[in-house]
Amino acid sequence: MAAIELERLERRYGERVALGGVSVRLEEGQTLAVLGSNGAGKTTLLRVLAGLLRPHAGSVRVLGAALPDERWRLPSQVGYLGHEPLLYRELTGRENLRYHADLHGVPHSRLGTVLTALDIDHRADEPVRDLSKGLIQRFAIARAVLHDPALLLLDEPRANLDPSAAELVEPLIGRSSGRTRVLVTHDVNGALEESDVALGLKAGRPAPVDAELYR
Amino acid sequence: MIAAARTILRKDLLIELRTKESVPAMVLFSITVYVLFHFGLDRDSLDGELASGVLWVTLLLAAVIGVSRLFAAESAQGGIDGLLLAPVDRTALFLAKAAALFVFLTAVELLAVPAFGLLLLGPGLGGAFPELLAVLLLGNLGMAAVGALVAALAAETRAHELIVPLLLLPLLVPLLISCAQATEPLFREPAATEDLGRWLLLLTLYDVVFVLLSVAVFDFLLED
Amino acid sequence: MYSKGLAPLAAATVVTLTTAFALVFFYAPNDADQGFVQKIFYVHVPMAIVALGGFVAGGVFAIKHLRSGDSSWDMRSYVAIHQSIILGLGVLVTGAIWAKASWGHWWVWDEPVLVSFLVVFLLYCVYYPLRFSIEDRERQARYSSVFAITAGAFVPLNFVAVRMAESFTHPRVLSQTGGDLPGDMRLTFLVALLGMALLFVTLWKLELTAKHASMQLKKLRNRARVAA
Repeated sequence: MAAIELERLERRYGERVALGGVSVRLEEGQTLAVLGSNGAGKTTLLRVLAGLLRPHAGSVRVLGAALPDERWRLPSQVGYLGHEPLLYRELTGRENLRYHADLHGVPHSRLGTVLTALDIDHRADEPVRDLSKGLIQRFAIARAVLHDPALLLLDEPRANLDPSAAELVEPLIGRSSGRTRVLVTHDVNGALEESDVALGLKAGRPAPVDAELYR
Repeated sequence: MIAAARTILRKDLLIELRTKESVPAMVLFSITVYVLFHFGLDRDSLDGELASGVLWVTLLLAAVIGVSRLFAAESAQGGIDGLLLAPVDRTALFLAKAAALFVFLTAVELLAVPAFGLLLLGPGLGGAFPELLAVLLLGNLGMAAVGALVAALAAETRAHELIVPLLLLPLLVPLLISCAQATEPLFREPAATEDLGRWLLLLTLYDVVFVLLSVAVFDFLLED
Repeated sequence: MYSKGLAPLAAATVVTLTTAFALVFFYAPNDADQGFVQKIFYVHVPMAIVALGGFVAGGVFAIKHLRSGDSSWDMRSYVAIHQSIILGLGVLVTGAIWAKASWGHWWVWDEPVLVSFLVVFLLYCVYYPLRFSIEDRERQARYSSVFAITAGAFVPLNFVAVRMAESFTHPRVLSQTGGDLPGDMRLTFLVALLGMALLFVTLWKLELTAKHASMQLKKLRNRARVAA
């Protein structure tokens, strides 16, 4: 059973085609890199895979769940890291993580492990709104992996991270984590290095990954 | 599911305790409206139906503020994605938000109702206090259920601050009627409780209908 | 798809309305108290009943839409509600005229049907801004259906509450919406009601057919554009 199976996925935005005729297959443990210029539909695709947007046509199977009917099966198995960190700004990092742990049924003991791995334990008791972007990103990553998901959906995961932080997050969300991953990024070369399958998008439709992609 | 609802409720109460944005604003608003009524009606003291009407209209308008802000924390963090990505039943979400609104309304009334007694109410609150409490609590239940539904309906629309009052207030008319009519004899000197049973019955019917309805339709909201 | 039966329906509407018109002007007696203006009752009350029926129907179609996901139900719901809102405006206007004729004021709070109708009208007016402030078509349809069901459930509750309230402050002295109409008035009223209901259904089918046709046209245009 493939981790992701898309066949002629279509998603409209009003009259405009946000995604059209997208087909891709990803096996477990593999990494899919989604490339394209701004507005090409990369984030839309990620959101469809997360179950946040429902497909308008075509067939979508994520981790065996057929979307949109079985989208309720996804949240416990998917770790989503989007543009927004999805952290409550008035709560501390630790409180945010405790909240997510409770919702996912994860024991609080796991928090310590993840916080230490990302070296943010010492800043976990400050309100999120007081933290720098880099720290917020690390807490967002903590949130995304806390429940040990089988699939990671990552939108520019290394944004705002300095090189040493990027090293810290690698075992959790990188190739070495062993998880199935879908990676959206502008770093074309880096993405191609760490992925097994590459999907180029141009105006919502599949396009070859070459210089034309970013015209 | 109850555990999930409790988790979300706890989060919302914690945020409100930290930011102190909704409840104090609603209390301040209520007192301001009392002052407006004092000047608008040119009265120092009210009793009976006038007192009842002023109190309930004020509470309803304060509720509009509470409902508008019900998903504010989610909007601030970039949307309701967080809620959708959690393995949580939509019903649990509804229960949590309605419970939060219920708590906020009760907290507001703990200050706003005595303030009303102080500023505008002639006969005083002591007259039929348990009955008043019953009406307030049943009223809060209805406002909480309808408010959570309206908040979700308006949550991701463009003209959000406009839609909430326009949608919420007409829907609350039957609740307003029941509560105001029930409270009216309680605010007389001496306090009476005529017809209380009839209005409490209508109020309970309203609450039951809207709680059931909201639970049923909530599944279709907040996604996509 | 929607135009099945449209022609005979339209014919029936014309026949019934003409009959009703004739009955109102030549058969029904002038009211003893209010005179000729009372005849607006034959327009006002059927309009109110049909509008309320339209709102409830909108709610029922909305339930079907949410259960099936079929957007044609949403279309049916939208048109029913949209036409009932317009009819509702007519109810309020004719109600005001009737109030002026009967009680000398352009608005009275005595009639619970009229008063509860005002609240319902205010509520349904929010249908448009709610619907059209959501851009995604599917989401727009879903949220509109939720609204239609909520508002549909609200209508009877509201009527009961308003009626209970009014009966305390304004004992109902004069109401011609009751069942105790003299025979010739009752016949006229029923024919008028039937005519109004047929008119509503005909216009509803007509608008649905027109909308469906323009949607098909748009689809074909899009297909042609993509193929080119």
